[in-house]
Amino acid sequence: MEDLKRILVEHPFFKDLHQEYLELIVGCASNVRFDAGQKLFTEGTEANEFYLIRVGKVAIELKVPGQREIIIQTLQEGDIIGWSWLMPPYVWHFDARAVELTRAIALDGKCLRTKCELDKNLGYELLKRFSSVMVQQFEATRLQLLDVYGNRS
Amino acid sequence: MATDPKLQTIKGEYKQNPMIPWPFQILRVKRETEDTFTLELQPTGDLQEFQFQPGQFNMLYVYGVGEIPISISGDPLNPRILVHTTRAVGIVTKAMDKLPRGEIIGVRGPFGKPWPIEKAIGQDVVFVAGGIGLAPLRPALYDVLAQREKFGKVVLLYGTRTPADVLFRQDLEHWRSRFDLEVYITVDRAMSGWKGNVGVVTTLIPRAPFDPRHTVAYVCGPEVMMRFTATELIKRGVEAHNIYVSLERNMKCAIGLCGHCQFGPFFVCKDGPVFSYSTVKDLLVKWEL
Repeated sequence: MEDLKRILVEHPFFKDLHQEYLELIVGCASNVRFDAGQKLFTEGTEANEFYLIRVGKVAIELKVPGQREIIIQTLQEGDIIGWSWLMPPYVWHFDARAVELTRAIALDGKCLRTKCELDKNLGYELLKRFSSVMVQQFEATRLQLLDVYGNRS
Repeated sequence: MATDPKLQTIKGEYKQNPMIPWPFQILRVKRETEDTFTLELQPTGDLQEFQFQPGQFNMLYVYGVGEIPISISGDPLNPRILVHTTRAVGIVTKAMDKLPRGEIIGVRGPFGKPWPIEKAIGQDVVFVAGGIGLAPLRPALYDVLAQREKFGKVVLLYGTRTPADVLFRQDLEHWRSRFDLEVYITVDRAMSGWKGNVGVVTTLIPRAPFDPRHTVAYVCGPEVMMRFTATELIKRGVEAHNIYVSLERNMKCAIGLCGHCQFGPFFVCKDGPVFSYSTVKDLLVKWEL
């Protein structure tokens, strides 16, 4: 448990988080490992966790009928994967697959949701951190959508 | 060859008159991607070498079709071969794409202000390239690597559309094998099976290994990409005046006379194409420019 706590403290997502909240969160955390090619989660299935990547690389993929999956984003050390556990209907909207051997901390979303309902300050602190990640990813997605590499001669 | 009418340039006039194209012969045409190609050109006649500085551009003239500005993408330490990389998108570049080896092409130049490599001496150097923006940065990278000991960390961040659009694969492979250069590549989208990064080039900046307080950044790509890149570099701690961008406008005369490439108070052909980001950041967001 102490090891998990140390890993959480060192992860950028939980930087400067109050000790008291870390104690609550570590109770919902576990170490996980994914081999290259292994799926972390699949579109349409229940979203009950999120992951803090410690080592490795994960591809977020989208299924397209008649084609191989399209990779829309890769995430790596220091990144966080998954926010579908935060909002109903708690279902994954994409697939996530380890591109290489990946070690991560899995955080149980159901467990965290319960703790956030009981302690609104914890809930607000976590939402602020997730909002920041979401904003960064939305900005990157907007740039991606522009397809800016089209016309420079 | 001396009887070719295209080569009837008066001796010495090329150096004196920047409006007169000099005939160069195509030595090699290399296909980089589906729509992008590199021309290796050799000067003809009295001109033995073509000296230029990284970041400068030439006006390339396809006889009977038209003339366009294209950045030089070759090695400044090899002035016997002039290298240009471009995408076949317009009338002139499409005609250029069809020219065979041995054909003659007109060249005026070099024009414009280069990448200020001397400003990075003793500092970390970050190159951020988007798409074909890697081409105007390549001469600067060659230059820095030729005097590698003068710089701190050297990092190349390169983003492009898909894995099939990656330029200069041989160079990238070679650069990645060096221990004194960090190369990170990302694509905007890929199919399952791609082992590299997917995401816009700006996502590489937060984790790239350089000291932002002692870094000079050279950025080239589409203007939107350069704006977002500069913002991200500044967020990381790089000073705006240490970020240089290369702009592209409708250069015609290339010597600051015709006004086609006017950009606020500047002529891109003469005052640029390389500018400090702090000089142009307010102009980059003006729609009418």
